[in-house]
Amino acid sequence: MSDFVRRYGWGLSAILVTLTAFWLLALVWVPYSVMIEKSFRLYLPVSEIGGPSDRYTLANYLSLFDMSASSEFLGLMVPIAVQVFLITVFYSCGVTIICFALAYPAAYFLAKKAAPAQIPTLFLMLAIPLFVSEMLRTFAWFIILAYQGPLNALLDAVGLSKVRWLSGYNGIIIGMVYTYILFMFFPIYNSLTALDNNQIEAAKDLGARSWQAHLNVIMPHAKPGISSGATMVFMFAVGSVLVPTLLGSPNSRWFTEIIIRSMFEGQDWNSAAAYAFLLLLVCLLFVSLVMKLFRVNLADITR
Amino acid sequence: MSEGVEISRVSVDFGRFRAVDNVSVDIRPGEFFSFLGPSGCGKTTILRAISGFLEPTEGSISIGGRPMRGIGPNKRPTALIFQNLALFPLMNVWENISFGLKVRGIDKAERRRRAEDLLRIVDLPDAAHKMIAQLSGGQKQRIAIARALAVEPKVMLLDEPLSALDLKLRQHMRSELRAIQERTKVTFIYITHDQNEALAMSDRVGVMSKGRLQQVDTPERIYNDPVNGFVASFVGENSILEGRIQQLDRSQPCFVTADGAIACVAGPDLTNAARTKVYIRPETIKIGDEQVNTLPVVVNSVIFEGNVVSVIGRTESGAHLTSQFTNRPGLMLPSVGEQIKFTFAADAAKVLKVE
Repeated sequence: MSDFVRRYGWGLSAILVTLTAFWLLALVWVPYSVMIEKSFRLYLPVSEIGGPSDRYTLANYLSLFDMSASSEFLGLMVPIAVQVFLITVFYSCGVTIICFALAYPAAYFLAKKAAPAQIPTLFLMLAIPLFVSEMLRTFAWFIILAYQGPLNALLDAVGLSKVRWLSGYNGIIIGMVYTYILFMFFPIYNSLTALDNNQIEAAKDLGARSWQAHLNVIMPHAKPGISSGATMVFMFAVGSVLVPTLLGSPNSRWFTEIIIRSMFEGQDWNSAAAYAFLLLLVCLLFVSLVMKLFRVNLADITR
Repeated sequence: MSEGVEISRVSVDFGRFRAVDNVSVDIRPGEFFSFLGPSGCGKTTILRAISGFLEPTEGSISIGGRPMRGIGPNKRPTALIFQNLALFPLMNVWENISFGLKVRGIDKAERRRRAEDLLRIVDLPDAAHKMIAQLSGGQKQRIAIARALAVEPKVMLLDEPLSALDLKLRQHMRSELRAIQERTKVTFIYITHDQNEALAMSDRVGVMSKGRLQQVDTPERIYNDPVNGFVASFVGENSILEGRIQQLDRSQPCFVTADGAIACVAGPDLTNAARTKVYIRPETIKIGDEQVNTLPVVVNSVIFEGNVVSVIGRTESGAHLTSQFTNRPGLMLPSVGEQIKFTFAADAAKVLKVE
C-alpha cells in the first residue's frame, strides 16, 4: 500500500482505491448478495411477501431435481434440468478442447516462429474481429452456416454435399469456438513468449522429436497459460446466452436458457437466482477438480 | 567411441552478411578443440552448423565420415552445452539428465540408474531430487555436462559455458572439463572468446576473425608463432611498432621503424618494403643492453602486480614498449621518468602481416 501511494501519490491512489471499492461493493457484492438472499425465498404473489409463507427454503434449488419432469438419459431416469446441465458442461468441455487445439499451434507460431516484423500485422488480424460486437459476429455465423448460406454454396461449388451446420449442437460449438478462442490464445501466447528458445533447442539437441519437445518442455512451460485460458473459455461457454440463442437448433438446449426462461418468461427471479448460483458452484467445483487433476494451482493461473 | 568432425569449405550467410567465410578444419576424434575469437567472429555460427540448428550455405560438415547435410539436430551424434545451459527448470536434476534417454524410449528404472551414474561422474551424487533453481552456478554447469553426456554423444559442443561463472569457479571448471573429456574420450569442440581458457584446455585452437579461420595450431604455436597480426594481438599482450620490412631474402631480415632498425623474424605472406607492424611479447623484453636489439626509453609507468611487474617505456618517437618480468626478492625497479634501455632478441621481434 505504501509502495502504491509512493508511486501514484495520495490523490490518484485515493481515486483508484475508491473506484475499485465502488465496483467491488456496489456492482459485485450488493447485487450478488441480493440474488443469493432471493434464491432462498419462494416466488410469491406480492400480497404474500412478508407473510407466513415467505420463509427461507431450499425449494428453488430442489426444483431443479424435480423427478416429475424427467426422462431417460444414458439409461437412467434423470430430471430434464440436470440433463441440460450435464450436456452444457459436456459441450463446454468440447469447446474448450477445440479452442486449445486451434489456439496452441497459433500461439506457438506467433511466439516462436513468426518473424518479428510480421507480428504486429498478425496481431491486428486477430484483434479486428473483436472490434465488431459479439451479436453481429454471431449473426454473421448464423448467415454463414445457414443451409442456403455461403459455406454450403462453397461446398456445393467444389462438388461436396451440403451439411446441416445448424442442426444439433454444431452451430453452438462453432460459434463458441470462434467467440472465445482468443481468450485461450492470449494467455498461451504470453506464457510461450517467456520460454527461452534455448530450452526448445536443448530438447531437440538431446534427441527429442518435435512432438516430444512440445509434450515435455514447451507445453509444461505453457501450462499456466493453458489452464487460465481453459478456465476462461469453459466458464464463458457454460455461461453463454447469446450463442445458444442465435446458433442453437430446435433440439439443442443450454443451461443458461433455463435460467433466462424462469427469469424473463416466468418472472421467477428467485428460481433463476438459485439455478445461476448452482451453475456457478458446480462449475467452480468442476474447474478446481480439473485443475487438481492436471496439478495446476491458482497461483499459476493468475501468473 | 568418439568421432572426428570434418569441416570443409563451410560458409554461412545471413541475408547479405557472411557470418562464416570458407572455413575448413579437420577436428580429430577425441580431440579438445577450441574456436577462439572476439564476439561476432562467427564461432557460434559454426557450432550451430555442427549441431544442426542451421545448414551451411556452402561447404559440408561430416561427423565420423558421415555427411551431415539434411540431418536434424535430434539425429546428430552431437550434444550441445548452451551458454546459458538451458536446463529444464520444471524438471528436477535426474529428470533433466535423463531427458535424452526418455525421448529415446528408455524405461524409467534404467534412466534413473544412468542418471545416478552420471551424477557420480560429475561429482554430485546426492543431487538427483533437487530442482534446478536450488543449484549453484557450478552445480548447474555439472548437471548440464551430465545431461549432454547422457545421450553418449560422439562430439560434445560447448558454447562458452563458463562465461557466467566467477573467476575462481571458472578456473576450477576448466580443469574439471578437461578431466571429464579425458575420462570420456569424447571429442570436445569448445567456443570461447577467453584466450586463457582456450590455451589452457585445448589440444588445438582455431583462431577466428570476421568469419575466417586465421590459424589452427597447438596453444604453444598459436602463442609463440602467430601467423598474422590479428592472432598475435588477440592472443596475449604485445608491444607494437610500425615500420617497413627489409631484407626479407636474407637470413636476418630487418624492420625499419621511427626508432631505428630492428633485427627480427618475418611471418608468412610479407613482401619486401611493405608497411606493416612488429609484435614483441612483454616477457621477451628485458631491461639492459645484452641482446641484439636495444632501444633507449624513458620509463612511463611501473605496474606492480605481485608476481609480475610491468615496466612501460616510451621511445624517442613516442611509441610505447612493455617489459614484463617476474618479481623476486631484492628486485630493483626503475622509477618513472628514468632513462633506461630495453633489449630483446631478434626472434622475439615478429614482423607479421596485419589482418
